Amino acid sequence: MASYLLIESRDPFESRGFAQRSELATALAADGAAVTIFLLENAVLASRSAARVRELDKFAKAGVRVLADEFSLRERGIGSEQIAATVKAVPIGTLVEELVAGAKAIWN
Amino acid sequence: MTTPATLSFLLMDAPYEQSRTATAFRLIDAALRRGHGVRVFAYEGAVSLAMTAQKPHANAIHGRTVEEEAHPTPHLWVSALLDLAKEQGVVIDWVNCGLCVDERGATDVVAGVRRGSPADFWKMASESENTLVIATR
Repeated sequence: MASYLLIESRDPFESRGFAQRSELATALAADGAAVTIFLLENAVLASRSAARVRELDKFAKAGVRVLADEFSLRERGIGSEQIAATVKAVPIGTLVEELVAGAKAIWN
Repeated sequence: MTTPATLSFLLMDAPYEQSRTATAFRLIDAALRRGHGVRVFAYEGAVSLAMTAQKPHANAIHGRTVEEEAHPTPHLWVSALLDLAKEQGVVIDWVNCGLCVDERGATDVVAGVRRGSPADFWKMASESENTLVIATR
């Protein structure tokens, strides 16, 4: 099974880019690929349940895994209780493990 | 612990510009600590990351000394990553794009960083389990 790693580093609210790549992620998952979205830097703002980012629900329905960098969350004062239930906070090493496992990675 | 692999990273951002650089360094650090070999191709502004002429400075506005300011100097971070690879017994190959170096006069770099060309990046990618391009915007 093809495996894709979409690394998001930018604020999801600053452009349509996040929404467009979200469509790509769900389309890849619909084609049978294993898809992971890794939120880094300002992209972790999307992980807050209060942000009500609609794409998170779409990811959950499509089977797209969403991970958020613990360090980026901490830098921005986002506590674990603020994160949406569908997002998992992980250390940066998890991204390394995904790369080693051979996921096709795109940095945005 | 996964089987040791080799990962390649292409960096493009100049120092003191973007969070991407710090994140890239964190990724390289994590890969080395897991026992993976790392290859870095520094392209365009990223060739200045290893420049030894970078100097920390005091902050006169806030009345802080050089030590109190603890201003980061990326070339020390590059050195630390090279040292970490030695400690871990894994290979790190850090290549600066030669044309980018000449354009910027970024010739004095930390020991262990070598000059190369984009062909090196192709070789790195060909010989690695995976490659991550962290492009500038």
